[in-house]
Amino acid sequence: MGKHLEERIFIGLMVASMVIVVGSLVFILATVVVRGLPALSLAMLTQVPRGGYYLGKEGGILNAITGSLALASGATLLSFFLSLPVAFYLQLFTKDARFVHLARLSLDVLWGVPSIVYGAFGFTLMLLLGLRASLLGGIIALALLELPILVRAIEEVMTMVPFELKESSYALGATRLETALRVVVRQTAPGLLTALLLAFGRGIGDAASVLFTAGYTDRLPTSLLRPVASLPLAVFFQLGTPVPEVRERAYASALVLTVIVLIISLSARLLTRRLTRHVVR
Amino acid sequence: MALRKARFRQLKDQFAGRLMGALTIFAVALVLLIALALLMRARPLLDIKPLGELLTSSDWHPLRGEFGFWPFIVGTLCVTMLAMTLAVPPCLLCAIYLAEYAPHRLRETAKPLVDLLAGIPSVVYGLWGTLAVVPVIRDVITPWAGKHLGFIPLLRPSNPTGYGVLAGGVVLAVMVFPVIISVTEEVIRAVPDGLREAALALGATRWQMVKGVVLRRSLPGVIAAIVLGFSRAFGETMAVMMVVGNVPQIPRSLFDAAYPLPALIANNYGEMMSIPLYDAALLAAALVLLLVVLFFTLAARVVLLRAVRRAA
Repeated sequence: MGKHLEERIFIGLMVASMVIVVGSLVFILATVVVRGLPALSLAMLTQVPRGGYYLGKEGGILNAITGSLALASGATLLSFFLSLPVAFYLQLFTKDARFVHLARLSLDVLWGVPSIVYGAFGFTLMLLLGLRASLLGGIIALALLELPILVRAIEEVMTMVPFELKESSYALGATRLETALRVVVRQTAPGLLTALLLAFGRGIGDAASVLFTAGYTDRLPTSLLRPVASLPLAVFFQLGTPVPEVRERAYASALVLTVIVLIISLSARLLTRRLTRHVVR
Repeated sequence: MALRKARFRQLKDQFAGRLMGALTIFAVALVLLIALALLMRARPLLDIKPLGELLTSSDWHPLRGEFGFWPFIVGTLCVTMLAMTLAVPPCLLCAIYLAEYAPHRLRETAKPLVDLLAGIPSVVYGLWGTLAVVPVIRDVITPWAGKHLGFIPLLRPSNPTGYGVLAGGVVLAVMVFPVIISVTEEVIRAVPDGLREAALALGATRWQMVKGVVLRRSLPGVIAAIVLGFSRAFGETMAVMMVVGNVPQIPRSLFDAAYPLPALIANNYGEMMSIPLYDAALLAAALVLLLVVLFFTLAARVVLLRAVRRAA
């Protein structure tokens, strides 16, 4: 029976592929944990680099942790205020189906634009505005990077709002804006939060776009107009040094970054499950 | 009074509509804006040398004002093609398994794991590459290839460091797994069940059904998924840059170091303002990157939209 043999062979190959894919994930996480954990210490998490840090002396990466949190929160906030209106417009305001198609296509394309290109674009914007490498510059570049992700995610939760709910709102005399803000936002609040978390997770891990725009510093972020450190660049720079102790710290920094990303991704998943229970369907 | 209030609410609604429309147009036009901004910054160089010459020249001497992108383009292509060769077969098999064979619970567990893979930051991939992939290539694969396969030019163990095309390709392959798997699975699942039932009713095995009906039907979508993976890989910067060696040469063997275009941009942003025309050259490189990715993503997205519409 040739056809059954062929089936078995291919099922075997498929299972092997599953093992390769899931195995790579495990392999990556295990590498980061096994190499990062021994190098991690309380001082790493609570101190900024001191004199001689990059030669292996005292200090930590608090500058990069706070910098990354500031960059990603600022970018996610800015991006949210850009993308919520866009999603409203596409879902509630325009009736031009061809424009909606065009908009979705161009957002999909935007999603595929490499982050280094966002970095380069952010850099040209900053030259135009006379900004130097700063928290603000990094926030702008990251916000643009997160824009297509957020619009898509927000739109996705908004299509789940039952048509009747919007109709009832209109029937009571509410305008589109009132329906959007008072009905749709409340109905989709958990989904919006998930979307924000997803965008935050994407933003905090991105290195290529902040390389040009945010710079790097050993200080804590205090001003929008000063350079700011970030975890991905902390990994990258520390890995590039010849000093073994500093390289170890790169592993620890990568572990911190991975843990943050994992926590965000897991809480986004849990949130979706928890909060959708109370939504009117 | 009430009438005035109603009028005010309507005005507010109209104003908000306009504002949102303007923001939407900004978002839609952002790709063009990016391209235009990069083009403007690249103009000083493009005015002196035509794009065609920049793309095909191999002379990279920024201090002498010579900016040939050819080695970098070849480097990007080599790493990307290798990554695709490594990634496509397991990804397709995985997607088929998840869509057609896997029991519900396995699918529900595997999908978040694939998403997780997509969420890992690229520097972490790069770190994994330097800690796990490069040493294996340096200590195991290169010596072995030297002993047994050194006569094949493509496998000549020319570079003992382990940092090179092969390392870049492996890391990049894992990075595009989630893109290809999730899109392919989606297209495969969009194939109507009636077609599957018809094939099974004719006595086909599950695999025959997949091969003869499902894959044939979803072929455009599958190709689009691969192209999306390709364009994702083409623009990936940090992870590749950390393992690929960054030597501006045309790689002749899998073990040779290469210097992809994104790495060129990222590595030299520091000094680009201090050498004349260097910034124009790097932003021109970003523009080339953007145009290539744009072309492939757009083509893939259009095919995907058609595929989904046809299935529905």
